[in-house]
Amino acid sequence: MRDLRTALVAVLVLTVTLGLAYPLAMTGAAQVAFPGRAGGSMVESGGKVVGSRLIGQDFAKHPGYFQSRPSVTGYAPAATAFNNQGPNQQELARRLRESVRRYLRRERPFTPGLTAARIPSDAVTTSASGVDPDISEADARIQADRVAAERDLPLPRVLALVDDHASRPFLGLAGPRSVNVLELNLALDREVPR
Amino acid sequence: MTFAGWLEILLFLGAITALTPLAGAYLTRVFRGEVTLLGRVERGFYALLGTDPARGQDWKGYARSVLISSAVFGVVLYALIRLQGVLPGNPQDLGAPGWDLSFNTTASFITNTNWQYYAGETTMSYLTQMAGLAVQNFVSAGVGLAVLVAFVRGLASRSGKELGNFYVDLTRAILYVLLPLSVVVGLVLVSQGVIQTLQGPGTATTLTGAKQAFAYGPVAGQEAIKMLGTNGGGFFNVNSAMPYENPTWLSNFVEMLAILVIPAGLTSMYGRMVGNKRQGWMVFGAMMTLFVVAVAGIYVAESHPTPAMQAAGLTGPNMEGKEQRFGIASTSLFAAVTTAASCGAVNAAMESFTGLGGAIPMAQMMTGEVIWGGVGSGLYSMLLFVILAVFISGLMVGRTPEFLGKKIEAREVKLTILGTIAVPMLVLFATALAIATRYGDASIYNHGPQGFSETVYAYTSQGNNNGSAFAGYTGVTFADVLGGLAMLAGRFLPLLAVLAVAGSLAGKRVSPAGLGTLRTDTPTFGFVLVAVVLIVALLTFVPALLLGPVVQGLSDQLY
Repeated sequence: MRDLRTALVAVLVLTVTLGLAYPLAMTGAAQVAFPGRAGGSMVESGGKVVGSRLIGQDFAKHPGYFQSRPSVTGYAPAATAFNNQGPNQQELARRLRESVRRYLRRERPFTPGLTAARIPSDAVTTSASGVDPDISEADARIQADRVAAERDLPLPRVLALVDDHASRPFLGLAGPRSVNVLELNLALDREVPR
Repeated sequence: MTFAGWLEILLFLGAITALTPLAGAYLTRVFRGEVTLLGRVERGFYALLGTDPARGQDWKGYARSVLISSAVFGVVLYALIRLQGVLPGNPQDLGAPGWDLSFNTTASFITNTNWQYYAGETTMSYLTQMAGLAVQNFVSAGVGLAVLVAFVRGLASRSGKELGNFYVDLTRAILYVLLPLSVVVGLVLVSQGVIQTLQGPGTATTLTGAKQAFAYGPVAGQEAIKMLGTNGGGFFNVNSAMPYENPTWLSNFVEMLAILVIPAGLTSMYGRMVGNKRQGWMVFGAMMTLFVVAVAGIYVAESHPTPAMQAAGLTGPNMEGKEQRFGIASTSLFAAVTTAASCGAVNAAMESFTGLGGAIPMAQMMTGEVIWGGVGSGLYSMLLFVILAVFISGLMVGRTPEFLGKKIEAREVKLTILGTIAVPMLVLFATALAIATRYGDASIYNHGPQGFSETVYAYTSQGNNNGSAFAGYTGVTFADVLGGLAMLAGRFLPLLAVLAVAGSLAGKRVSPAGLGTLRTDTPTFGFVLVAVVLIVALLTFVPALLLGPVVQGLSDQLY
């Protein structure tokens, strides 16, 4: 009985301190120290919120933009899910073939000689989160050919933009060279309004 | 594989090794009662509880406190989940999950497993996440630490049967270790972009004019303790792959360090508390050896394309189900860390790993989570293997086995066997039951051997209180209940065996070490320990591993 009473008091006190006081204090501290980041790193353009720097978006119908990695959830940050197909699944092979075909159809007119074997694998595989905000620099450099043509921009200018937005890993260590797609596209819009 | 990738792995291993003695020294002081910074808070809490901090408990008293408090916490958590629809703190306006999912989730969080048959952002209200799930992240980790400390006291004690006071150990674990570290790690994560807000769902109009719905929440604080407590239950469905939980390479590195710093530091604490630091380094070395093999194996495997990728003509590394900002190296390292420590957080889709890349995480869990393992639980399970290795070595050299100067006798060996074999048996039994019945079939998502792998992974993960998943495996009533029972048995059977061994060793006469004493603080003994872990734990599962992931790793066949 005594044990039960002790446990009940412990639940109560710990729930109030760890379950309410701690997260509220953390929220307060985070909102003061890093208001933008604690609130989701939302990005504004022309005075309205156009998404989050950390969350990928769908650009599929707009060839004048750099394209995000494929997503199984339709880039839904409010309902994330893995694709969950194993390494030997027919279904995964079928989807990858389809993804490769679409990529080649989109890019080959502007990047002659592109083959499946030369596609960076991040560009046709689904990301884990479904909202991966980044693409590899290699993918961005291929896509630059198309974007330059679609926007009537000289290729070197587009490549320079890609270079500006590519992550610079510390000592080459901090993960693969990647480009944030939303930020790159916003920079593109500033360069040449669509 | 890249040079930078291997360098990152080396840097991580170096950082953990450097942090181990620092964490060990601090943890020792905390559990010896030498850290008294918040003494007034502590004493106030004991007064509220009505417990006398100076009163020790024998193993039965300690075990009773663990079981009763876990039961009470479980009932409250279950009630919170079931009532979330009518409670405040629910800006998403979510209803209550069913009894089966709620049972599974409750069992999952009070056992430090954090297996999730639900998608966090679309199932659990802010209140449930904060006041239910995150509280258990602290408490279940604290219970693991407390039981370990009690066990080590039993090993070291030369007189008396007392193992310490459970509520004092739990309080110190939370107040001086888990909570302050969570605040620091949580704020570092916010600085990288992990969200921490009570704002309800929102929408944005994207650059191309589409509507994008956003889920927010008090994530960073929960993320920090999810790692530090080796819990692993994500706020979002895709866990640490979600940029709002793990936005950068640096946040990923910090999260991995947060998972291992306590489990690794505990080996050093153990050495200090038994009065021989080399004992701690021996255990550290054995764990590190197994871990390095696992990391390297996963990294090599994931650097290759899968058969499905090859069928599509792709030649690059396996980026299916991985995030670009992490790439192969950080993803492989995270997978090794999370399945070695019984954390279970993931930053990629484990199910999409190559056959061999998925076999290694499974194998790490199958050791009984003793390669670092969960906070507390990993080391106490490993120390059972140490006792087993002492016993086997004793048989080989024909001497009465002794550990830390204490005779290991029939009672301790029986309890040790129970503590090490119960979970593997349980896992095999649950897997067989799920595979053999149509109720189990209902959960399987993939075809061919992968479907079998999903099942093995599910019950291995739940039985060993890991919590990561081949997430195609879906929760139905049968899987919820079987998995929930596996988690409860997988937590409390070894835990009780450990406390009973501690009770049996506490106060035993210590005989002075002589020339013929089998030393347990040498590399030779570390080698024996690694061998015993591999033989006892892994051989049990070789057939299962062969039938599932290994067969896929060795063939290009599509299913």
